[in-house]
Amino acid sequence: MVVLWTDALIYLLIVVILALGLYLRGKEHIKRPLQQISRSKIGMVSLVVLLFFVLIGLLDSVHFKPADDKKNEIISLLDDWATPLREHGEKTYSAPFATTLYSKEMMTLADGSMQWGYPRLEFGGRHLSNPEIEKVPDILQKTVYGLAQGASLIGFFMLLMWMLLVEQHKRFMRSSTAKTVWAVAFFMVSFSYALIYLSGYYHVFGTDKVGEDVFYQAVKSIRTGLVIGTLTTLIMLPMAIIFGILAGFFRGWVDDIIQYIYTTLNSIPGVLLIAASILMVQVYMANHEAAFTSVIVRADTRLLFLCMILGVTSWTGLCRLLRAETLKLREMEYVQAASALGVKQGAILLRHILPNVMHIVLISVVLDFSSLVLAEAVLSYINIGVDPTSYSWGNMINGARLEMAREPIVWWSLTAAFVFMFALVLAANLFADVVQDAFDPRRSGNE
Amino acid sequence: MTLLLMSSLLSRQLLYALLYLPLPCSRMKMKTCKARVLVLMLSVIFWSASFSCAAWESEELNNPYPEDENNQAVLYESFSERPKHLDPAVSYSNSEYTFIAQIYEPPFQYHYLKRPYQVVPLTAVRMPEVSYLTLKGEKLGNGVNDSDIAFTEYIIEIQPGIRYQPHPALAKNIQGDYKYHQLDKAQIEAATSLNDFKATGSRELTAEDYVYQIKRLAHPKIQSPIAEIMKNYIVGFDDYSKQVKDKAKTAIRDLPIEGATALNRYQYRIRIKGKYPQFIYWLAMPFFSPMPWEADVFYSQKGLADKNITLDWFPIGTGPYLMAENNPNRRMILLKNPLFHVESYPTEGEPEDAQKGLLVDAGKQLPFIDKVVFMLEKETIPYWTKFLQGYYDASGIASDSFDQAIQFTGSGDVALTPTMLEKGIQLQTSVATSSFYMGFNMLDAIVGGTTEQARKLRQAIAIAVDYEEYISIFTNGRGVAAQGILPPGIYGFDDKTGINPYVYEWLNGKAAAPVGKAQRKKIDAARQLMTEAGYAGGIDPKTKEALILYFDTTTTSIDDRPRMNWYRKQFEKLGIKLVIRGTDYNRFQEKMRTGNAQIFVWGWNADYPDPENFFFLLYGANSKVQHGGENAANYHNPEFDRLFEQMRNMNNSEQRYRIIQQMQEIVRHDAPWVFGYHPKNFSLFHGWYKNIKPNLMANNLLKYTRINTADRAEKRRQWNKPVFWPLVLGSAVFVLMLIPAINTYRRRVRKSIQ
Amino acid sequence: MTQYIIRRLLYSLPLLMGVNILTFVLFFVVNSPDDMARMQLGQKHVTGQSIANWKQQHGYDVPLLWNADAQGEKKITDTIFYQKSVGLFLFRFGVSDSGRNIGADIKERAWPSLAVALPTLLVGLLVNICFALMMVLFRNSYLEHAGIVLCVILMSISSLFYIIGGQFFIGKVLRLVPISGYDDGMAAIKFLILPVLIGVFSGIGSGVRWYRTLFLEEVEKDYVRTARAKGLTETQTLFQHVLPNAMIPILTGVVVVLPLLFMGSLIMESFFSIPGLGSYTIDAINSQDFAIVRAMVFLGSVLYVIGLLLTDISYTLVDPRVRLS
Repeated sequence: MVVLWTDALIYLLIVVILALGLYLRGKEHIKRPLQQISRSKIGMVSLVVLLFFVLIGLLDSVHFKPADDKKNEIISLLDDWATPLREHGEKTYSAPFATTLYSKEMMTLADGSMQWGYPRLEFGGRHLSNPEIEKVPDILQKTVYGLAQGASLIGFFMLLMWMLLVEQHKRFMRSSTAKTVWAVAFFMVSFSYALIYLSGYYHVFGTDKVGEDVFYQAVKSIRTGLVIGTLTTLIMLPMAIIFGILAGFFRGWVDDIIQYIYTTLNSIPGVLLIAASILMVQVYMANHEAAFTSVIVRADTRLLFLCMILGVTSWTGLCRLLRAETLKLREMEYVQAASALGVKQGAILLRHILPNVMHIVLISVVLDFSSLVLAEAVLSYINIGVDPTSYSWGNMINGARLEMAREPIVWWSLTAAFVFMFALVLAANLFADVVQDAFDPRRSGNE
Repeated sequence: MTLLLMSSLLSRQLLYALLYLPLPCSRMKMKTCKARVLVLMLSVIFWSASFSCAAWESEELNNPYPEDENNQAVLYESFSERPKHLDPAVSYSNSEYTFIAQIYEPPFQYHYLKRPYQVVPLTAVRMPEVSYLTLKGEKLGNGVNDSDIAFTEYIIEIQPGIRYQPHPALAKNIQGDYKYHQLDKAQIEAATSLNDFKATGSRELTAEDYVYQIKRLAHPKIQSPIAEIMKNYIVGFDDYSKQVKDKAKTAIRDLPIEGATALNRYQYRIRIKGKYPQFIYWLAMPFFSPMPWEADVFYSQKGLADKNITLDWFPIGTGPYLMAENNPNRRMILLKNPLFHVESYPTEGEPEDAQKGLLVDAGKQLPFIDKVVFMLEKETIPYWTKFLQGYYDASGIASDSFDQAIQFTGSGDVALTPTMLEKGIQLQTSVATSSFYMGFNMLDAIVGGTTEQARKLRQAIAIAVDYEEYISIFTNGRGVAAQGILPPGIYGFDDKTGINPYVYEWLNGKAAAPVGKAQRKKIDAARQLMTEAGYAGGIDPKTKEALILYFDTTTTSIDDRPRMNWYRKQFEKLGIKLVIRGTDYNRFQEKMRTGNAQIFVWGWNADYPDPENFFFLLYGANSKVQHGGENAANYHNPEFDRLFEQMRNMNNSEQRYRIIQQMQEIVRHDAPWVFGYHPKNFSLFHGWYKNIKPNLMANNLLKYTRINTADRAEKRRQWNKPVFWPLVLGSAVFVLMLIPAINTYRRRVRKSIQ
Repeated sequence: MTQYIIRRLLYSLPLLMGVNILTFVLFFVVNSPDDMARMQLGQKHVTGQSIANWKQQHGYDVPLLWNADAQGEKKITDTIFYQKSVGLFLFRFGVSDSGRNIGADIKERAWPSLAVALPTLLVGLLVNICFALMMVLFRNSYLEHAGIVLCVILMSISSLFYIIGGQFFIGKVLRLVPISGYDDGMAAIKFLILPVLIGVFSGIGSGVRWYRTLFLEEVEKDYVRTARAKGLTETQTLFQHVLPNAMIPILTGVVVVLPLLFMGSLIMESFFSIPGLGSYTIDAINSQDFAIVRAMVFLGSVLYVIGLLLTDISYTLVDPRVRLS
């Protein structure tokens, strides 16, 4: 097994979340908003979608070197499962579910003569002997088959759970929210199962310019999106929390210095700062070539740096919020009382201030997630985003930009990136809304 | 549009609501009157919109140019990168030549129609008189030994009566003094562009101006890119550089240079070291255009550079066009030079030129086009779309729009697609005199060196990297796989038998078919070579893992990803793992300079049509690491170098041809390069754009072309009828959507009343 | 007031100094002056002499931070850092690495940027406020829910899709406006319609949601309830009470971005080839023209500082309770 830097941080993130979960278990002030979230249909559905994405991202974050392979290549669990997809490259563009290339070419026929026409794909629809007639029924049949298989799988799983559950939980399961959640999960699993099943025979989202399967690209991009959305936050959180609370609590010169730092950083146009830093990373990598023998390691380092830089440019907003909140909190009676009783400052910070600003942190984390995923695409457009060799929606959109000028237009790369990105960001936005409603004391009264 | 409409609707509604609030009338009445007004307002907007749509139907709403330009002989071109220098002593790239070749005139030019390329007089009266001298300056007769020649002298006579374009630097006042050569502070403060100096003047072109420009090439402050090369040729060039090193740019006027002298008003002489027949090609490049000394005096006035008023942005020449507007942020405009001298369209060309209609304008005074507008266009989509809409007159073909424009016929020839033919678009193809190659750093421990092992490895890679596939994927077949250093069209290129025997074999074992029928060797041959080189199956015996090679490149943008993946795939065929080291341009250059690169791709575009200009890329004394030259592979082979030195100064002859073939053979065997491909240029032109013939050497082509404006205006009208129904539909849907909103609102109001 | 402004301006000096040091370090860690020279001189026939000339012309021929060879205070002043920094603070941006005067270019390119950004902001503000007001007006009805869902959907689409889609449909398929380009004066309008439209549209999702929360907060307040109890209609309370009060945070939020409008929009300008400062910056990044990038960073910081100051002042103007001291 090979652990890349971002992998390690993802594992760390999971550990942190688990630890936080354990710590907060049973705490009353956390329980109420959580219950509110669990009652919200939209919240739970989007959570399921998000978890589904996270699952794929996690599968893609376990890297190893295949034992039998001398290619010196690092692949992930997801790659391993998708090996057919990965290796079934065509020559160039082909439309979704096509059996021939998208453009005409000079072909040598069996009898040696040359013909100008659409060559058959090497892998897509290979099992068909007469694509014109057989294709549509075959696709329908395979879809139904895949759906049925997926449905029976999830059905079996649900049945199993139902049998294992105790009566008390069963009641919970009967609530309308739970039913919606199950319906969505049911749909998603069978649908994606059908997609996976079909992708073994066809390129369900077509292929790109060098014949790579677009479906595979879109799925691989999930990890990039998630990494940018979460690791950036992970990196910036400690800085924002510590600086924000310290500035608000101690005031005076500490406050002055911290304010100076974040105003300075804030006043630099973010894009320029990112551009300069990415250039610096490139130089660093050029000077330490020995450390980056593999494409994937290079891409990973750049991704990590991008997260760090985005973190540096985005911590200031949260820091300012926390500072303001701490300023308010330290005038609260219970804090005043604690310090009058001689409780150490550190203890006050940890016991009274920190827990009471956590809802701000949580809200800003979920709110930032979607904007970071969107920002990645824009940054990739100006070539200061993720490494061009790594898969990301931003890279896909950029590549697809030129395809829009083709006639007939190549729409599938753009569409695939759009659908996947939209699904993730929409789910994240909806979930963020619910979380905000639940945790923000000002908003809880509205609904 | 829809949205604007929406917002205007909304704001009107708001306005209405605001207006209505303070009105003290009974509430029921208000409701009805409000609804009526609303309906009235909506219908008014709706109808006015449809009327204006109808009125616009016949117009080209998307015309990016002013309406009044429609029927003028204006040519619309584009540029994607702003030119850095327009000073003929400095500029050295195609994007700059596009402009300055129309403005400046060197003494010679390439004939527009004749092939092979032929140098003919431009401002000169005739071709130069060439004479060879001994060390003492005595003239040598014909048929002397090359080794006896110490100097070559060119005497060039220019035509009298050629005048510079009107320019403020040449403006004189009544007393006959230069008007703008001593600007005061206020004048400079007030100026924002060269056009703010209203008075202009002109004067006759003299031989002295050509000599002055050669002195400028030598001035270190001007930083001519060819100064280093000219040092080796022009007599006294180096000394002159040192002499004027600390002097102002304007000081060179009075300091003579040994190698270039004006003999009289219309004649000048250039003396170069030894024999260098290629020098005539240099004389056809913009570097040797005339420059009036007044220009340097004018532009070096303090404060003008801060306003971007420099020679780099506002040229002064004798050519057919003059720079009327230079806004590299948006557009550049060339106008016909009113003082352009007599030059007529060529009357002879290749035999088929007459048939193609290229000689219709023979003998007519040039130029035909009054104004050329270059628009800044960075993105390919808008560029291509505007071309199809008729707003650009010519276009290249981006890889992504290739299918739309070009199709292959049954025999493998290219042709335009029916949609393009329907639009009357013409296609021009030509193989460029340039070469793209994959180079190995010969100083590298693994791929470099002269050992048999390394050579076999290189040869194996040369077979594995399938450039035929590259051409078909990335350039849509617009290229020819290279068999050696020389591209087609350069002397010494052998299109009958000249395949690279280390990479190719004849189809069916037959030789002497055209090169195109040769076939790349099977990958097994390459694997066999790998085994012989000691890397059986691509396994490095040292690490017992796959051999890792490094590919150095500057490409880091997303558009290059497929290309990089493709390279990786090629090496994978041999079991080699290729690691892409993408860096920025600087780091790449530094790696090349210090010899830290391993494998790289590079290209070379011919300066002039002579094999010397290609073979010198592998000449040992030009090696990049040791000598900072252009030999990026740092290839060094004594035999090759000897032959090169012999071939370099020869006139084209049987013997030279033989030497060239020998050199090709050495390089093919040593394989310091994987010979990549020679790109084919495909350009599209609208039917109204006349007199087009691809000419890869000449850049001053605009003066020959012509535009049929009536045809263009008609076609544009046809192609750009705006489509309105989705707008109308959109606003209708929006109005429908308003109805439930109004209903809810009414209910609300009623509720609050009750 | 004047005193306050002067003090704030003085405070901003160390801030700008910090920005300057940061960018300087970032850029010169990456690139040495030699690299820059090579980059700008191009590929063919570059020699040591021409590099030295270039450095001399662009003022890079002195040491970075400390000039050991010079005398006295020249040890500090005869350095790249000192000379370039002083130029920035005096707004003399000097010559770009590719040879054009940066100040003149910025002056010229600021207007097209503004021509896109200002209408986008104003129209966007109007549209967003209208929609937000409508949503508040129809609160707790299916219209509001539909609106919220629509907003979230609009927010979840990357702005790149809006641009690519808008250019494709309105420019290419419907042929209603030129696909890209720019012109001076009134002729610019036809080029601006599309970018402004797309700019407004891509901002609707988040903008409407944000203004809606502002309005809702105001609606919940006691004085509004009182007004309603007094018998004012829903519309009257909205326009007479809620809107004016909610305008305070809206306007101050707008004021802070006003100066930054000059900087233009990076993506929008390069997609529509509008010769503004945004595309200027992108070009500079892509061609690694560090002189321009540094100038733009500095300019951005200055404008940001001005924006903060304007916000403070505008607070006192709209809200008499706030007093600057």
